[in-house]
Amino acid sequence: MNLVKNRVVGIHPIFYMTILLVAQWISSSALAENMQQKGFDIAARSDRSDRGFSDSEVKMTMVLQNAAGKKATRTLRLKTLEIPNESVGDKSLILFSTPKDIEGTALLSHAKMLESDDQWLYLPALKRVKRISSKNKSGPFVGSEFAFEDFTASELNKFKYEYLRQESCGVLICDVVERAPLYENSGYTKQIVWVDSIEYQLRVIEFYDRKGSLLKELRLKDYRLYKNKYWRPHLLTMKNLQTKKNSDLVYGEYKFKVGLSNSDFLKGRLSSLR
Amino acid sequence: MVISLFKAAFLAFVWVLFLPELSHAASVNKKLDVSGKVALQFRGFTQDALWSNQNSSDTEYSFAGELEVRWSSHDGNQQVSFIPFVRWDENDKKRSHYDLREAYWSYKSDDVKLLLGVNKVFWGVTESAHLVDIINQTDLVENTDQEDKLGQPMANLAFQKDWGLLNFYLLPYFRERSFSGEEGRFRTQIPANFDDAKYESGSKRRHLDFAFRYSHYFGEVDLGLHYFKGTSRDPRLENSFDNLNIFLKYDQIEQIGLDLQYTKDAWLWKLEALVRDGYDKSIFATVAGLEYTFYQIFEGVSDIGVLIEYQYDNRPAYEAVTTADNDMFIGTRWTSNNMQDGSVLAGVIVDKKTSETFYNIEAKTRFKENIVLELEVRLTTQSGLDEPSYAYSQDDYVQLQINRFF
Repeated sequence: MNLVKNRVVGIHPIFYMTILLVAQWISSSALAENMQQKGFDIAARSDRSDRGFSDSEVKMTMVLQNAAGKKATRTLRLKTLEIPNESVGDKSLILFSTPKDIEGTALLSHAKMLESDDQWLYLPALKRVKRISSKNKSGPFVGSEFAFEDFTASELNKFKYEYLRQESCGVLICDVVERAPLYENSGYTKQIVWVDSIEYQLRVIEFYDRKGSLLKELRLKDYRLYKNKYWRPHLLTMKNLQTKKNSDLVYGEYKFKVGLSNSDFLKGRLSSLR
Repeated sequence: MVISLFKAAFLAFVWVLFLPELSHAASVNKKLDVSGKVALQFRGFTQDALWSNQNSSDTEYSFAGELEVRWSSHDGNQQVSFIPFVRWDENDKKRSHYDLREAYWSYKSDDVKLLLGVNKVFWGVTESAHLVDIINQTDLVENTDQEDKLGQPMANLAFQKDWGLLNFYLLPYFRERSFSGEEGRFRTQIPANFDDAKYESGSKRRHLDFAFRYSHYFGEVDLGLHYFKGTSRDPRLENSFDNLNIFLKYDQIEQIGLDLQYTKDAWLWKLEALVRDGYDKSIFATVAGLEYTFYQIFEGVSDIGVLIEYQYDNRPAYEAVTTADNDMFIGTRWTSNNMQDGSVLAGVIVDKKTSETFYNIEAKTRFKENIVLELEVRLTTQSGLDEPSYAYSQDDYVQLQINRFF
């Protein structure tokens, strides 16, 4: 009896510890998986709230400001074609109107999900169409604090997600999710995004650079509802916390379903845009 | 008289330069868009002119202006473009010239587009030479880099398919290359006789040229193929019987060519090649090379690219002159990626046989919203007496240009 008991007691702690460790590992990995799934679900809910917009066109003004407060502006027009397939990115065309010396310059992008995008630049002075390396998606876009990836790479499958917490963000309650880029050539190790729990729209994004330090903070404001379904922010404020430079992106009125199709986003169209 | 007029023009330019903004409103989506630029250019030559009768001054001022009027119909299917250009040069009467860069009407419907009128077309991928770019004649008097082109009258029919872009061109009127006059720099010892160019074709400049181009991309490869039959854009130099005059002779040629770019990560691999039949034996020419860019160098925002290209051309000396026969180009491109959009392109082209070396620096930066400053430096060393570029060997220069866009 004693022997048995002793034996049981003798074995028990190891056995118990093992059980405990396994159980803990299972539950913690389940929890981690849970957190990843929850993060993904929040991002997916946000991404899918935008489904079916088909195509859109919008004018934008970009206001650049350096640390000394000196300002410069660029005006551009963005045309986007939604590609319903979630494993392929959207197509976009950016046309510059000012500064006057780059008027007519155009940038055509065929976004991919994880590989590099296909991009062509049209230079009106030479009337030259140039295929460019899309490795540079993390560099400054026309001298601003926005990188090209900042306003094109919000597609669901470009990131892996981790749910962090829920907290208030202004008058709203936000889910806070960490996302890490899975696509090539990103300039970021991770981003922290605040997604509100009512309209599921992005409110704040923090960008962490390749060294893991906080680099920039983007605030997305002035959301307006189109066609009773599609929310669009009309003011994006990007602050570079390391250089103290900032850039604002002010959107005009969006136009949806303007009849754009694949053929408007072909390389061959670039030389006859205007 | 000319000088005082010039001073008046200078004052007018300064006035335009600091003219307040008429309107900051974005002109996107406007059906009629009028814009343009005026530019003041200063060239300082580092050596005395080589040939007699060239202007003895080592400096040269000139003004240029370009107006752009664009109209598009409400549905966007019809477009009209009108772009006149004018330059007024202090020293060289031939460099004072005007041209219609564009003056066309176009109509597009689904995947077909028809364009009638004067237009400019660019083909190609390489940087040190533009080998396959044949539609437009070079406006050589503007700049010896051959990137300025004269407007070309054409009927252009284009078909955009999923599998590529097809372009057909009928070119009913030939533009002769512009050259410096007797007082100007960049000329041969005996100035070429422009006003009496010779043609192989009996219809002279009214010969109907034809061109076709297919272009598309396949994954990371961008491809262009072309065919051209008509008047060569490159004139041959022919001496008159008494050797007192040089004539320009424009032959009939037939050409096929290829341009190719492979884009992978920060690498651009480039190739242009052509085979041309014309005056004598077939000519084969190619420019091939690469460009690699280091992005956001030194943890900053600027980029530096490295460019290497090899130029080869097997044409005999009695053909139209080319300097790109067996040459290496090594260059670097820096872009500031900041508010001013500054950039510097610096390169050197070395002839592998003669060691003749050409240095080129082009830099520019935006100064305020609508003013762009440009610097250009061109130097040639080791020009042998028997080299075609010997004629220009005393024409090294530094150029400053201030552009006001409106």
